[in-house]
Amino acid sequence: MTEGVALLTVFVLAVFVGFEVVSKVSSTLHTPLMSGANAIHGVILVGAVIVAGTADEAGVLVVALIAVVLATLNLVGGFVVTDRMLEMFGGTRPPTAEVAPAKVGGE
Amino acid sequence: MIPVWAQVCYVVAAVCFILALKGLASPKSARRGNLLGAFGALLAVVVTFFAYDIDNLGWILLAVAVGAVPGALGARRVAMTAMPQLVALFNGVGGGAAALVAILELRHAELLSDGALVASAFTILIGSVSFAGSAVTFLKLQELMTGRPITFPGGPFVFGGVLVAALGLGVWTVATGSVTLAIILALVGLLAGVLLVLPVGGADVPIVISLLNAFTGLAVAAGGYVLENALLLVAGTLVGASGTILTRAMARAMGRSVSSILFGAFKGGSTAG
Repeated sequence: MTEGVALLTVFVLAVFVGFEVVSKVSSTLHTPLMSGANAIHGVILVGAVIVAGTADEAGVLVVALIAVVLATLNLVGGFVVTDRMLEMFGGTRPPTAEVAPAKVGGE
Repeated sequence: MIPVWAQVCYVVAAVCFILALKGLASPKSARRGNLLGAFGALLAVVVTFFAYDIDNLGWILLAVAVGAVPGALGARRVAMTAMPQLVALFNGVGGGAAALVAILELRHAELLSDGALVASAFTILIGSVSFAGSAVTFLKLQELMTGRPITFPGGPFVFGGVLVAALGLGVWTVATGSVTLAIILALVGLLAGVLLVLPVGGADVPIVISLLNAFTGLAVAAGGYVLENALLLVAGTLVGASGTILTRAMARAMGRSVSSILFGAFKGGSTAG
Protein backbone atom coordinates (compact mmCIF):
# COMPACT_ATOMS: atom_id res chain seq x y z
CA MET A 1 0.00 0.00 0.00
CA THR A 2 1.47 3.35 -0.96
CA GLU A 3 1.64 6.22 1.52
CA GLY A 4 -1.17 8.13 -0.24
CA VAL A 5 -3.60 5.20 -0.17
CA ALA A 6 -2.70 4.44 3.46
CA LEU A 7 -3.57 8.02 4.41
CA LEU A 8 -6.79 7.83 2.38
CA THR A 9 -7.75 4.67 4.30
CA VAL A 10 -7.10 6.42 7.61
CA PHE A 11 -9.18 9.38 6.40
CA VAL A 12 -12.22 7.25 5.47
CA LEU A 13 -12.13 5.33 8.75
CA ALA A 14 -11.77 8.56 10.76
CA VAL A 15 -14.88 9.98 9.01
CA PHE A 16 -16.93 7.06 10.31
CA VAL A 17 -15.47 7.34 13.82
CA GLY A 18 -16.22 11.08 13.80
CA PHE A 19 -19.84 10.46 12.80
CA GLU A 20 -20.23 7.73 15.40
CA VAL A 21 -18.77 9.38 18.53
CA VAL A 22 -21.21 12.31 18.50
CA SER A 23 -24.28 10.47 17.24
CA LYS A 24 -26.01 10.85 20.63
CA VAL A 25 -25.40 14.22 22.24
CA SER A 26 -27.83 16.15 24.45
CA SER A 27 -28.61 19.66 23.23
CA THR A 28 -27.24 21.29 26.42
CA LEU A 29 -23.82 20.00 25.39
CA HIS A 30 -23.89 21.31 21.81
CA THR A 31 -21.84 24.42 22.57
CA PRO A 32 -19.14 22.72 24.73
CA LEU A 33 -18.82 19.92 22.18
CA MET A 34 -18.35 22.44 19.37
CA SER A 35 -15.78 24.25 21.50
CA GLY A 36 -13.95 21.02 22.37
CA ALA A 37 -13.83 19.93 18.73
CA ASN A 38 -12.58 23.42 17.89
CA ALA A 39 -9.72 22.97 20.35
CA ILE A 40 -8.79 19.60 18.84
CA HIS A 41 -8.19 21.03 15.36
CA GLY A 42 -5.71 23.34 17.06
CA VAL A 43 -3.23 20.46 16.67
CA ILE A 44 -2.48 22.10 13.33
CA LEU A 45 0.18 23.52 15.68
CA VAL A 46 2.07 20.29 14.94
CA GLY A 47 2.09 21.22 11.24
CA ALA A 48 3.07 24.81 11.95
CA VAL A 49 5.99 23.65 14.14
CA ILE A 50 7.20 21.24 11.44
CA VAL A 51 7.13 23.99 8.79
CA ALA A 52 8.78 26.55 11.10
CA GLY A 53 11.38 23.98 12.11
CA THR A 54 12.42 23.39 8.51
CA ALA A 55 12.27 27.05 7.39
CA ASP A 56 15.49 27.99 5.62
CA GLU A 57 14.92 31.69 4.96
CA ALA A 58 13.74 34.60 7.11
CA GLY A 59 10.51 35.33 5.20
CA VAL A 60 9.36 31.72 5.41
CA LEU A 61 10.23 31.56 9.10
CA VAL A 62 8.21 34.71 9.84
CA VAL A 63 5.08 33.36 8.12
CA ALA A 64 5.53 29.95 9.78
CA LEU A 65 5.91 31.60 13.20
CA ILE A 66 2.66 33.52 12.60
CA ALA A 67 1.03 30.14 11.93
CA VAL A 68 2.53 28.82 15.19
CA VAL A 69 1.06 31.77 17.15
CA LEU A 70 -2.39 31.38 15.55
CA ALA A 71 -2.45 27.59 16.05
CA THR A 72 -1.37 27.89 19.71
CA LEU A 73 -4.11 30.46 20.29
CA ASN A 74 -6.61 27.95 18.86
CA LEU A 75 -5.24 24.99 20.82
CA VAL A 76 -4.66 26.52 24.27
CA GLY A 77 -7.59 28.96 24.19
CA GLY A 78 -9.90 26.26 22.87
CA PHE A 79 -9.27 23.76 25.66
CA VAL A 80 -9.33 26.41 28.40
CA VAL A 81 -12.61 27.98 27.25
CA THR A 82 -14.22 24.53 26.93
CA ASP A 83 -13.12 23.65 30.46
CA ARG A 84 -14.70 26.87 31.72
CA MET A 85 -17.97 26.09 29.95
CA LEU A 86 -17.98 22.65 31.53
CA GLU A 87 -17.26 23.92 35.05
CA MET A 88 -20.99 24.34 35.55
CA PHE A 89 -21.91 20.80 34.43
CA GLY A 90 -21.96 18.85 37.72
CA GLY A 91 -18.52 20.05 38.65
CA THR A 92 -16.98 20.65 42.05
CA ARG A 93 -18.72 23.96 42.68
CA PRO A 94 -22.52 24.33 42.78
CA PRO A 95 -23.86 26.29 39.81
CA THR A 96 -25.05 29.78 40.60
CA ALA A 97 -28.03 31.49 39.02
CA GLU A 98 -26.14 33.35 36.28
CA VAL A 99 -24.10 30.37 35.17
CA ALA A 100 -26.90 27.77 35.08
CA PRO A 101 -26.29 25.10 32.39
CA ALA A 102 -29.40 26.04 30.44
CA LYS A 103 -28.01 29.51 29.72
CA VAL A 104 -24.74 28.16 28.40
CA GLY A 105 -25.92 25.26 26.28
CA GLY A 106 -28.82 26.91 24.52
CA GLU A 107 -29.11 30.10 22.57
CA MET B 1 10.14 9.29 7.93
CA ILE B 2 9.62 9.96 11.63
CA PRO B 3 10.68 7.38 14.28
CA VAL B 4 8.30 4.54 15.19
CA TRP B 5 8.03 5.60 18.85
CA ALA B 6 6.79 9.00 17.71
CA GLN B 7 4.20 7.43 15.41
CA VAL B 8 3.01 5.30 18.35
CA CYS B 9 2.68 8.44 20.47
CA TYR B 10 0.64 10.01 17.65
CA VAL B 11 -1.70 6.99 17.75
CA VAL B 12 -2.11 7.50 21.52
CA ALA B 13 -2.92 11.19 20.89
CA ALA B 14 -5.47 10.23 18.21
CA VAL B 15 -7.16 7.85 20.68
CA CYS B 16 -7.24 10.68 23.25
CA PHE B 17 -9.05 12.87 20.71
CA ILE B 18 -11.63 10.17 19.94
CA LEU B 19 -12.27 9.59 23.66
CA ALA B 20 -12.41 13.37 24.19
CA LEU B 21 -15.21 13.77 21.65
CA LYS B 22 -16.96 10.72 23.07
CA GLY B 23 -16.66 12.15 26.59
CA LEU B 24 -17.88 15.59 25.54
CA ALA B 25 -21.13 14.06 24.28
CA SER B 26 -22.27 13.20 27.82
CA PRO B 27 -22.60 15.62 30.81
CA LYS B 28 -20.96 13.26 33.31
CA SER B 29 -17.77 12.72 31.36
CA ALA B 30 -17.55 16.02 29.45
CA ARG B 31 -14.95 17.75 31.59
CA ARG B 32 -12.74 14.67 31.80
CA GLY B 33 -13.10 14.26 28.04
CA ASN B 34 -11.89 17.79 27.42
CA LEU B 35 -8.87 17.30 29.70
CA LEU B 36 -8.05 14.06 27.88
CA GLY B 37 -8.14 15.97 24.58
CA ALA B 38 -5.80 18.60 26.02
CA PHE B 39 -3.42 15.85 27.17
CA GLY B 40 -3.46 14.30 23.68
CA ALA B 41 -2.65 17.65 22.11
CA LEU B 42 0.19 18.29 24.56
CA LEU B 43 1.63 14.85 23.88
CA ALA B 44 1.42 15.38 20.12
CA VAL B 45 3.15 18.78 20.23
CA VAL B 46 5.94 17.65 22.58
CA VAL B 47 6.59 14.52 20.50
CA THR B 48 6.81 16.64 17.33
CA PHE B 49 9.76 18.61 18.74
CA PHE B 50 11.73 15.37 19.26
CA ALA B 51 10.53 13.35 16.26
CA TYR B 52 11.33 15.90 13.56
CA ASP B 53 14.58 17.71 12.92
CA ILE B 54 13.42 21.09 14.29
CA ASP B 55 15.58 24.18 13.71
CA ASN B 56 14.79 27.70 14.95
CA LEU B 57 13.76 26.18 18.30
CA GLY B 58 14.03 29.42 20.29
CA TRP B 59 11.83 31.32 17.86
CA ILE B 60 9.22 28.55 17.81
CA LEU B 61 9.02 28.37 21.62
CA LEU B 62 8.69 32.14 21.73
CA ALA B 63 5.83 31.99 19.20
CA VAL B 64 4.12 29.26 21.25
CA ALA B 65 4.33 31.49 24.34
CA VAL B 66 3.01 34.47 22.38
CA GLY B 67 -0.04 32.40 21.38
CA ALA B 68 -0.56 30.49 24.63
CA VAL B 69 -0.59 33.38 27.10
CA PRO B 70 -3.34 35.53 25.51
CA GLY B 71 -5.24 32.35 24.54
CA ALA B 72 -5.37 31.08 28.12
CA LEU B 73 -5.95 34.50 29.70
CA GLY B 74 -8.66 35.44 27.21
CA ALA B 75 -10.43 32.12 27.71
CA ARG B 76 -10.26 32.47 31.52
CA ARG B 77 -11.41 36.07 31.72
CA VAL B 78 -14.06 36.33 29.04
CA ALA B 79 -17.65 36.83 30.22
CA MET B 80 -19.88 33.74 29.96
CA THR B 81 -22.05 35.50 27.41
CA ALA B 82 -19.06 36.27 25.17
CA MET B 83 -17.91 32.64 24.88
CA PRO B 84 -19.45 31.88 21.46
CA GLN B 85 -17.55 34.71 19.77
CA LEU B 86 -14.34 33.63 21.49
CA VAL B 87 -14.82 30.11 20.10
CA ALA B 88 -15.40 31.71 16.67
CA LEU B 89 -12.15 33.63 17.04
CA PHE B 90 -10.16 30.52 18.03
CA ASN B 91 -11.72 28.58 15.16
CA GLY B 92 -10.81 31.31 12.68
CA VAL B 93 -7.16 31.52 13.69
CA GLY B 94 -6.91 27.72 13.44
CA GLY B 95 -8.17 27.90 9.86
CA GLY B 96 -5.71 30.72 9.14
CA ALA B 97 -2.83 28.66 10.54
CA ALA B 98 -3.79 25.69 8.35
CA ALA B 99 -3.90 27.89 5.23
CA LEU B 100 -0.47 29.41 6.02
CA VAL B 101 1.07 25.97 6.56
CA ALA B 102 -0.28 24.76 3.20
CA ILE B 103 0.96 27.89 1.36
CA LEU B 104 4.45 27.36 2.82
CA GLU B 105 4.42 23.67 1.83
CA LEU B 106 3.90 24.70 -1.82
CA ARG B 107 7.48 26.07 -1.77
CA HIS B 108 8.59 22.54 -2.57
CA ALA B 109 5.67 21.81 -4.90
CA GLU B 110 7.95 19.70 -7.12
CA LEU B 111 8.33 17.20 -4.25
CA LEU B 112 4.59 16.91 -3.62
CA SER B 113 2.42 14.18 -5.14
CA ASP B 114 -0.65 15.14 -7.20
CA GLY B 115 -2.85 14.17 -4.25
CA ALA B 116 -0.84 16.38 -1.91
CA LEU B 117 -1.11 19.32 -4.35
CA VAL B 118 -4.90 18.96 -4.45
CA ALA B 119 -4.97 18.68 -0.65
CA SER B 120 -2.88 21.83 -0.20
CA ALA B 121 -5.13 23.86 -2.53
CA PHE B 122 -8.11 22.55 -0.53
CA THR B 123 -6.50 23.54 2.79
CA ILE B 124 -5.64 27.02 1.52
CA LEU B 125 -9.18 27.65 0.25
CA ILE B 126 -11.15 26.13 3.14
CA GLY B 127 -8.77 27.48 5.78
CA SER B 128 -9.17 31.04 4.52
CA VAL B 129 -12.97 30.67 4.16
CA SER B 130 -13.04 29.59 7.80
CA PHE B 131 -10.73 32.44 8.87
CA ALA B 132 -12.76 35.20 7.22
CA GLY B 133 -16.15 33.62 7.99
CA SER B 134 -15.24 33.26 11.67
CA ALA B 135 -14.01 36.87 11.75
CA VAL B 136 -17.42 38.05 10.47
CA THR B 137 -19.30 35.89 13.02
CA PHE B 138 -17.05 37.33 15.73
CA LEU B 139 -17.92 40.90 14.65
CA LYS B 140 -21.63 40.02 14.55
CA LEU B 141 -21.73 38.39 17.99
CA GLN B 142 -19.53 41.08 19.54
CA GLU B 143 -22.00 43.61 18.07
CA LEU B 144 -19.21 45.44 16.28
CA MET B 145 -21.47 45.12 13.23
CA THR B 146 -25.16 44.46 12.86
CA GLY B 147 -26.29 40.99 13.90
CA ARG B 148 -29.01 41.09 11.26
CA PRO B 149 -28.61 39.28 7.94
CA ILE B 150 -26.87 41.45 5.33
CA THR B 151 -28.08 40.86 1.80
CA PHE B 152 -27.62 42.85 -1.37
CA PRO B 153 -29.15 42.52 -4.82
CA GLY B 154 -27.47 39.74 -6.79
CA GLY B 155 -25.74 38.45 -3.64
CA PRO B 156 -26.18 34.75 -4.52
CA PHE B 157 -24.76 35.38 -8.00
CA VAL B 158 -21.72 37.22 -6.61
CA PHE B 159 -21.18 34.35 -4.16
CA GLY B 160 -21.57 31.80 -6.96
CA GLY B 161 -19.11 33.75 -9.11
CA VAL B 162 -16.56 33.84 -6.29
CA LEU B 163 -16.93 30.07 -5.80
CA VAL B 164 -16.37 29.45 -9.51
CA ALA B 165 -13.31 31.73 -9.43
CA ALA B 166 -12.01 29.86 -6.37
CA LEU B 167 -12.49 26.51 -8.09
CA GLY B 168 -10.68 27.72 -11.22
CA LEU B 169 -7.83 29.21 -9.19
CA GLY B 170 -7.62 26.00 -7.17
CA VAL B 171 -7.21 23.90 -10.32
CA TRP B 172 -4.64 26.39 -11.66
CA THR B 173 -2.71 26.28 -8.38
CA VAL B 174 -2.65 22.47 -8.46
CA ALA B 175 -1.51 22.46 -12.10
CA THR B 176 1.35 24.93 -11.58
CA GLY B 177 2.21 24.58 -7.88
CA SER B 178 2.69 28.36 -7.84
CA VAL B 179 2.89 30.08 -4.46
CA THR B 180 1.68 33.37 -5.99
CA LEU B 181 -1.49 31.69 -7.27
CA ALA B 182 -1.92 30.06 -3.86
CA ILE B 183 -1.86 33.49 -2.21
CA ILE B 184 -4.50 34.77 -4.67
CA LEU B 185 -6.53 31.62 -3.92
CA ALA B 186 -6.32 32.45 -0.21
CA LEU B 187 -7.55 36.01 -0.88
CA VAL B 188 -10.51 34.69 -2.91
CA GLY B 189 -11.18 32.25 -0.05
CA LEU B 190 -11.30 35.18 2.40
CA LEU B 191 -13.87 36.91 0.18
CA ALA B 192 -15.93 33.71 -0.06
CA GLY B 193 -15.87 33.36 3.73
CA VAL B 194 -17.21 36.90 4.21
CA LEU B 195 -19.94 36.41 1.58
CA LEU B 196 -20.93 33.06 3.13
CA VAL B 197 -21.58 34.52 6.58
CA LEU B 198 -22.97 38.02 5.79
CA PRO B 199 -26.53 36.77 5.02
CA VAL B 200 -26.69 34.79 8.28
CA GLY B 201 -28.04 36.56 11.32
CA GLY B 202 -29.51 36.32 14.78
CA ALA B 203 -29.67 32.96 16.53
CA ASP B 204 -28.33 31.21 13.41
CA VAL B 205 -24.82 32.58 13.90
CA PRO B 206 -23.64 29.90 16.42
CA ILE B 207 -24.72 27.20 13.98
CA VAL B 208 -22.57 28.77 11.28
CA ILE B 209 -19.65 28.81 13.74
CA SER B 210 -20.17 25.06 14.12
CA LEU B 211 -20.15 24.67 10.33
CA LEU B 212 -16.94 26.72 10.02
CA ASN B 213 -15.49 24.59 12.82
CA ALA B 214 -16.10 21.50 10.68
CA PHE B 215 -14.50 23.37 7.72
CA THR B 216 -11.35 24.08 9.74
CA GLY B 217 -11.26 20.42 10.74
CA LEU B 218 -11.28 19.36 7.10
CA ALA B 219 -8.62 21.97 6.26
CA VAL B 220 -6.40 20.56 9.02
CA ALA B 221 -7.05 17.01 7.77
CA ALA B 222 -5.96 17.96 4.24
CA GLY B 223 -2.94 19.72 5.75
CA GLY B 224 -2.08 16.43 7.46
CA TYR B 225 -2.22 14.70 4.07
CA VAL B 226 0.20 17.29 2.62
CA LEU B 227 2.65 16.88 5.51
CA GLU B 228 2.13 13.07 5.53
CA ASN B 229 1.29 13.42 9.22
CA ALA B 230 -1.34 10.84 10.18
CA LEU B 231 -2.22 12.56 13.47
CA LEU B 232 -3.22 15.83 11.79
CA LEU B 233 -5.21 13.81 9.27
CA VAL B 234 -7.10 11.88 11.96
CA ALA B 235 -7.68 14.86 14.28
CA GLY B 236 -8.88 17.10 11.45
CA THR B 237 -11.14 14.42 10.00
CA LEU B 238 -12.68 13.67 13.41
CA VAL B 239 -13.52 17.34 13.84
CA GLY B 240 -14.78 17.65 10.27
CA ALA B 241 -17.07 14.63 10.59
CA SER B 242 -18.32 15.23 14.14
CA GLY B 243 -18.68 18.96 13.40
CA THR B 244 -20.91 18.20 10.41
CA ILE B 245 -23.18 15.98 12.53
CA LEU B 246 -23.19 18.57 15.32
CA THR B 247 -24.10 21.38 12.91
CA ARG B 248 -27.09 19.38 11.70
CA ALA B 249 -28.12 18.53 15.28
CA MET B 250 -27.89 22.19 16.33
CA ALA B 251 -29.97 23.27 13.35
CA ARG B 252 -32.54 20.57 14.05
CA ALA B 253 -32.76 21.62 17.73
CA MET B 254 -33.93 25.01 16.45
CA GLY B 255 -36.28 23.48 13.89
CA ARG B 256 -34.17 24.69 10.98
CA SER B 257 -32.12 23.14 8.21
CA VAL B 258 -28.51 24.08 7.44
CA SER B 259 -29.36 25.26 3.93
CA SER B 260 -32.17 27.50 5.20
CA ILE B 261 -29.69 29.04 7.66
CA LEU B 262 -27.08 29.74 4.99
CA PHE B 263 -29.36 30.86 2.20
CA GLY B 264 -32.67 31.58 3.96
CA ALA B 265 -32.08 35.35 4.16
CA PHE B 266 -32.43 35.57 0.40
CA LYS B 267 -35.93 34.19 0.77
CA GLY B 268 -36.73 36.13 3.95
CA GLY B 269 -36.64 33.03 6.17
CA SER B 270 -33.98 33.97 8.74
CA THR B 271 -34.77 33.94 12.46
CA ALA B 272 -33.66 37.57 12.65
CA GLY B 273 -35.23 38.71 9.37
